[in-house]
Amino acid sequence: MNRLMYYVPLVLLGILAVYFSAGLGRNPATLESVLINQQVPEFSLPPIEGSSKGIAKVDLKDQVVLVNIFGSWCKACWIEHPFLIDLKEKGVVPVYGINWRESNRQAGPRWLKKFGDPYTLIGDDPKSKGAIAFGVSGAPETFFVNKHGIIRYKHMGPITEQNWNDTLKPILEALRKE
Amino acid sequence: MKQLFLILAIFLLPLAANAVNPGEILKDPVLEKRARAISKGLRCVVCQNQSIDDSDAQLARDLRVLVREQLVAGDSDQAVVDYVVSRYGDFVLLRPPVKAATLVLWFGPVVIALIGAMGLVLFFRRQKRYAAEINKEVGE
Repeated sequence: MNRLMYYVPLVLLGILAVYFSAGLGRNPATLESVLINQQVPEFSLPPIEGSSKGIAKVDLKDQVVLVNIFGSWCKACWIEHPFLIDLKEKGVVPVYGINWRESNRQAGPRWLKKFGDPYTLIGDDPKSKGAIAFGVSGAPETFFVNKHGIIRYKHMGPITEQNWNDTLKPILEALRKE
Repeated sequence: MKQLFLILAIFLLPLAANAVNPGEILKDPVLEKRARAISKGLRCVVCQNQSIDDSDAQLARDLRVLVREQLVAGDSDQAVVDYVVSRYGDFVLLRPPVKAATLVLWFGPVVIALIGAMGLVLFFRRQKRYAAEINKEVGE
């Protein structure tokens, strides 16, 4: 019995090693959203300049939609932008935009005019009201909402053809069946 | 020499103690104090080892303003914290709450220290007993 006691530290070390090596692979910047499987938060944002309609929770009703947080200042948003345009042109899924934290009221509209507007509706969010409601920590982030208004998935970072085909498209197709 | 010393002393003043901009500060000192206390306990999700009170990140600033707006609207401290937690999860609390998932975090170290202390006590007791036995044998 006493002999066995000597192995206790070794066993503890083993447990710690497993625990820590599992943690090493995790990226602390990707936060698990607490909003998954919750109703879309109450939010209401004014239109961006040059547009007459903003966006609110009720606009998302009864349909499968993506809610995309973007800004003209966000380089990763430039990367995903052509793909979002593609989604719109092919009529894959309506994408609603939250134009986050533009330094002036023209920056967002000007950017969309230049590169195209992939969004069904856009809300202007200079003070992060919408972004905080959605628990956003960086841009771009994209929320997948089912037709009951429940957030089922959050994608952090740009949507690319590859992650769309590998991960996001199957998720969207599953949402359509809900 | 004295002047040089004074200049050096000025450079050593801890000026950058917090990130709160003058424009954000509430007129009501009581509310402002509550806002500061709440902000100190909330993690900035952009620069994760700072509180929103410390952080210069834009999102931290917007969160500080939101905290103040909700306080002005008459929310309790707990209601404000609960709102932010409902958006970002327990992760934003710099002081993790005591609940089933965090029991090991809170009480693990105490338990391990107790086990260690028990081991030490047992060890020294045994040493003492051996010493007593040896003394007895030598004495005979």
